[in-house]
Amino acid sequence: MLNIKNLHVQLEDEDKQILKGVDLTVEAGKVHAIMGPNGSGKSTLSYVLSGKGGYEVTAGSATLGDVDLLEMEAEERAAAGLFLAFQYPVEIPGVGNMTFLRTAVNSQRKARGEPEMSASEFLKEVRSTAKSLKIDAEMLKRPVNVGFSGGEKKRNEILQMAMLKPKMCILDETDSGLDVDAMKLVAEGVNALRNEGRGFLVITHYQRLLDHIKPDVVHIMANGRIIKTGGPELALEVENNGYADILAEVG
Amino acid sequence: MALPNLKQTATEARLSTLSMPSVGCLTEARQAALSRVQTLGLPGRRDEYWKYTRPDTLVQAEAPGAVVFQHDEAPMFDGFDRLKIVFVDGVFDPEASDDLKLEGVQIDRLADIADQDIHWIKDLYGVLEARGQSPVARPLAALNTAFAHDGVAIRVTGKPSKPINLIYVHKSEKSDVMLHHVIRVETGAEATILENGPAASRLNKCIEIDVADNAALHLICAQGRDHERRAASHMFARLGKESVFKSFTLTVNGVLTRNESVVELLGDDAVVHLAGACVGDGDFHHDDTVFITHDAVNCESRQVFKKVLRNGATGVFQGKILVKDKAQKTDGYQISQALMLDDDSQFLAKPELEIYADDVACSHGSTSGAIDDEALFYLRSRGVPHNEATDLLTLAFLAEAVEEIADQDIAASIVDRLENWLIRRH
Ligand SMILES: Nc1ncnc2c1ncn2[C@@H]1O[C@H](COP(=O)(O)OP(=O)(O)O)[C@@H](O)[C@H]1O
Ligand SMILES: [Mg+2]
Repeated sequence: MLNIKNLHVQLEDEDKQILKGVDLTVEAGKVHAIMGPNGSGKSTLSYVLSGKGGYEVTAGSATLGDVDLLEMEAEERAAAGLFLAFQYPVEIPGVGNMTFLRTAVNSQRKARGEPEMSASEFLKEVRSTAKSLKIDAEMLKRPVNVGFSGGEKKRNEILQMAMLKPKMCILDETDSGLDVDAMKLVAEGVNALRNEGRGFLVITHYQRLLDHIKPDVVHIMANGRIIKTGGPELALEVENNGYADILAEVG
Repeated sequence: MALPNLKQTATEARLSTLSMPSVGCLTEARQAALSRVQTLGLPGRRDEYWKYTRPDTLVQAEAPGAVVFQHDEAPMFDGFDRLKIVFVDGVFDPEASDDLKLEGVQIDRLADIADQDIHWIKDLYGVLEARGQSPVARPLAALNTAFAHDGVAIRVTGKPSKPINLIYVHKSEKSDVMLHHVIRVETGAEATILENGPAASRLNKCIEIDVADNAALHLICAQGRDHERRAASHMFARLGKESVFKSFTLTVNGVLTRNESVVELLGDDAVVHLAGACVGDGDFHHDDTVFITHDAVNCESRQVFKKVLRNGATGVFQGKILVKDKAQKTDGYQISQALMLDDDSQFLAKPELEIYADDVACSHGSTSGAIDDEALFYLRSRGVPHNEATDLLTLAFLAEAVEEIADQDIAASIVDRLENWLIRRH
């Protein structure tokens, strides 16, 4: 579903290479995890895939199904089914969470030539989804992420994901800053969305999220490259020994 | 002191085109205003107070014409139960207006009271304007007092059940209009007054507002979408003890708009909020000039002005808070902000504080900036197209000003309208 080949990325304003040939394929129905030390380029990969400005792709490709992601605007990528749960969700004062969500859902539907979701249909769905994530109705009325705690922001990302029903979900350190209960909620939210048509790329520092969202494949990223790929046991190895052994092993 | 030659000539040229409504109880006030104009001279390009806004076209004898903007949308506030008072090119239209009767309020047309002797009007007409001439001269307002041909006198004695809506219709490309309203809200009374529509190709509007002790007035004005119109408005307000005055002005388009607000807090514990939101494009020039005087204890003043500028539009804000020595426990707040949608636009701001009391809390801030890239990307990453995302963020930027409107339904109707206007631009 998601095909990344030899992806090289540098900063637009600075001659700094961040991704140095990333190869990665996520199949529909699978959960892939990326682990790796800070600064290895995990967030950059997720931003470049979702169309953030400021980066220049100098080589390689990234496709979702049969569409070339790198040729598209951010909003087109979203409508094509790509979703990024941000490591740092953005606060938008003055824009109501509900207005935002509904605009997003209907913009995507419009872009795909589908009918808009009616107000009542939307409300019903958003309420029940929010409830399952323990997001209270008051939070939905507030401006996007403003005054939300770290955990609330992350749950709000999952709410958006659930409402938008993307094909390919990228989660960038969705577990960071969450206590055990909040992490369980988030994991349940993600697990509820798992199905054979949908792919996941879960970026995380810690094994503990992967106890709840069981990955099929684990990749280790360092210095702009995927340096090792394995099964769930790879995450346990990192948990027990840190990255040093693996880094040494690949040289 | 004699006026500089140029100013003298310009003032005389303007005066020569005008005729004073002849008879009636306001004659004295009008004559006095005329001498103020003659002494002060009309604004010129060299005047410090007009440093950022060129007064030429507001002053010149003949008004530059303005094509009437054609549109198909329902007039603002149409959905509200209200008492309509309609002016077409600055002339009261009794056919289009409602019967001027409403419990708790007394409404008279200025032209009709000329030969009556209505004390409260005499005590107000030209009086607040004259007070407002110092320390800064506002000669266009004096010109208005002298020559305005139409307007209304509204005296609120109770709590009218619905708002009063002054509706201005622009029909003639050549219209050059002066309107003067006086509003007195009696002790304990409360009303909402709405104004909407572009009044003329060139408008000089003056409103004098007297809010008595414990009274409240809400004034919401929406200046429509005409591109070519020009307007200079003055609002003079005087607030009594524990009174509340809240004003909000929305301006969309218009080649030149200067809104001057002059407020005196004269009774203890009075509250004034002035807010403005404007959206302009291209040769749009919008100037909010505010002067608030705290002259009583424990008063609150709040100014929130937001401007969205693009394609080389200009926004101006001159805001002053003067706190006199007896005005202890003053709470003064002022914020003026511009959102620049491109690099060609400019925002000129001159915030000023002058404080003579020692126990006061006053703050002011002025910023100008572009759309927040992080927020824009966040919205787009959720599938909201670039233009719509920009609109959402633009509305969010204006929200702080719109939220100053106390009536939720009116605020919602303003937001709706703004949304439509923004969407139409795509
Ligand atoms: N916009 C940017 N400006 C400067 N440096 C950046 C920028 N984005 C990423 N980097 C740098 O690129 C590297 C990878 O960062 P990032 O993708 O955030 O790593 P990770 O998410 O794996 O911690 C780091 O060295 C970081 O400082
Ligand atoms: Mg990161």
